[in-house]
Amino acid sequence: MSHSQAPATWWRKFALGSLGFVVTIALWQVATWGNDITEVPGPWLTLQGLRELATDGVLWRNIAASVFRVAWGFCLAAGIGIPLGVWMGWNRDVVLFFNPTIQMMRPISPIAWIPFAVVIFGGANFMLAGRILFDASDSSAIFLIFLASFFPIVTATTSAVRSIELKYLRSAANFGVTGLGLFRRVILPAALPQILTGLRLALGIAWVVIVAAEMLGVTSGLGFQVNDSRNNLRMDYVAAAMVVIGLVGLALDMAMSNLEASALARRGMSRR
Amino acid sequence: MSEAMPEPGKTPRRDKITVEGVDKTFPTKKGEVHVLDGVNLTVREGEFLAIVGPSGCGKSTLLNCMAGFERASGGSIQVDGEEVTRPDPKRVFVFQETGIFPWYSVWDNVGFGLGQMPFEAKDEHVMKYIRLVGLEGFERSFPSELSGGMKQRVEFARALAVEPDVLFLDEPFGALDAFTRIEMRREIVRIWEKTGKTCILVTHDVSEALELADRVAIMTRRPATVHSVLDVDMPRPRDSDDPPFREMKDLIFQVLGVERRV
Ligand SMILES: Nc1ncnc2c1ncn2[C@@H]1O[C@H](COP(=O)(O)OP(=O)(O)O)[C@@H](O)[C@H]1O
Ligand SMILES: [Mg+2]
Repeated sequence: MSHSQAPATWWRKFALGSLGFVVTIALWQVATWGNDITEVPGPWLTLQGLRELATDGVLWRNIAASVFRVAWGFCLAAGIGIPLGVWMGWNRDVVLFFNPTIQMMRPISPIAWIPFAVVIFGGANFMLAGRILFDASDSSAIFLIFLASFFPIVTATTSAVRSIELKYLRSAANFGVTGLGLFRRVILPAALPQILTGLRLALGIAWVVIVAAEMLGVTSGLGFQVNDSRNNLRMDYVAAAMVVIGLVGLALDMAMSNLEASALARRGMSRR
Repeated sequence: MSEAMPEPGKTPRRDKITVEGVDKTFPTKKGEVHVLDGVNLTVREGEFLAIVGPSGCGKSTLLNCMAGFERASGGSIQVDGEEVTRPDPKRVFVFQETGIFPWYSVWDNVGFGLGQMPFEAKDEHVMKYIRLVGLEGFERSFPSELSGGMKQRVEFARALAVEPDVLFLDEPFGALDAFTRIEMRREIVRIWEKTGKTCILVTHDVSEALELADRVAIMTRRPATVHSVLDVDMPRPRDSDDPPFREMKDLIFQVLGVERRV
């Protein structure tokens, strides 16, 4: 096995990446040779479908709907998960109280929650607060996204705070820095790199879950697009929606990784 | 530092820190670990005291108790006649692998302990200490851009900026390469002579203790006590090749029960 040491030049990255892409498309084309839109479509049919969806305008609405739900679920998860994680990381009794429950709920796929999500959020007996901020039909999808991203965020934040080096905490105590100042000037910056990594991981999982989360109770979103197109036997639209999910997911990940890099660079902590 | 200070090694000084019969045990899964067993030690105001002992004997534990990071299991530790219960900005701890914050610039690190203050005053104060440790021009740099020795200087500046009476130094040069270590030893003596702080240095390096300190306390193996305290009456800068230096070194190794020649 050869393991190259030198970082790849940009043109090498570009050339090899493009080549891999082209080979994949070619294999896809060969494997789906002669299929029509009710079967697994080839790249050309997919592209046609993508163009139809885009000119129709429905594609952009669906992207916006999905991103909106993921943003809500993810931000709620971060808003609750980061403070809870800091609290758990800081106080051993709190971690002993919450951790067994959290670790047991963590492996349950959000998809298993769909029946309950529909029962809880599908009916008319819905929280008023939710209706002001987003449509009632969105809430079950947002709940599932929340579940998907909450556990990685709590876990990463807890471990980030727990692994803060003792000497930083002692330095702060030595200079009489306590309470909110300790949180703002030491705990948060010390834990930030690991928290950001957790957020990025969580956003990736949240986006993966969007297809399942939009299976029931909504009439928009890329997940809805997949299901609706399948019901209409428009497999070209299914494939087109899948391509878009991949591209948006890639864009979200790149945005998070840029945020991570710039947040660390501002603190002079950029890796290498 | 404007306050008058006693000339090092001349004036008789009052006691700054008294450690009396200090015990320390740590509870662990395999039962209690008895680390300190009735430690007695007096630190005089303005002196440079070194504590030497074999690795793992409890030097850091003793220093942590003196600094208030840990509570002794028994006995008493007093600073200026008051029992130590918690850390205090009047007594600053310098960590083995520097404890400066990687997310703050040199300037922010040095100003960390200063609290709320008008910017002009704070800047003047911070820059004074950055200059004292010879880091002017690096105030906007981050620790990741500095060498090991420079980081150690930042930590000294951060400690000195709150104008403490006492510096606790826990193997502050342990992580540095041999050349930087020599340079930083010279630096700490210069800072000590200039500021008149009481310095307590923990080290496992007998030569380092003899090069720097007015007195050297020798700790035994665990459970540790202070075996004896030696006066080092040699003028600075000291030469480790001088016969008196070598004699003291041999004596300390004898007390520690180590055969020095390999
Ligand atoms: N928090 C702790 N819990 C259990 N044992 C400890 C703890 N801190 C130190 N010790 C033990 O106490 C002994 C002395 O440690 P330390 O003071 O760090 O030694 P030194 O600084 O002299 O090398 C070691 O054997 C170490 O394992
Ligand atoms: Mg130690």
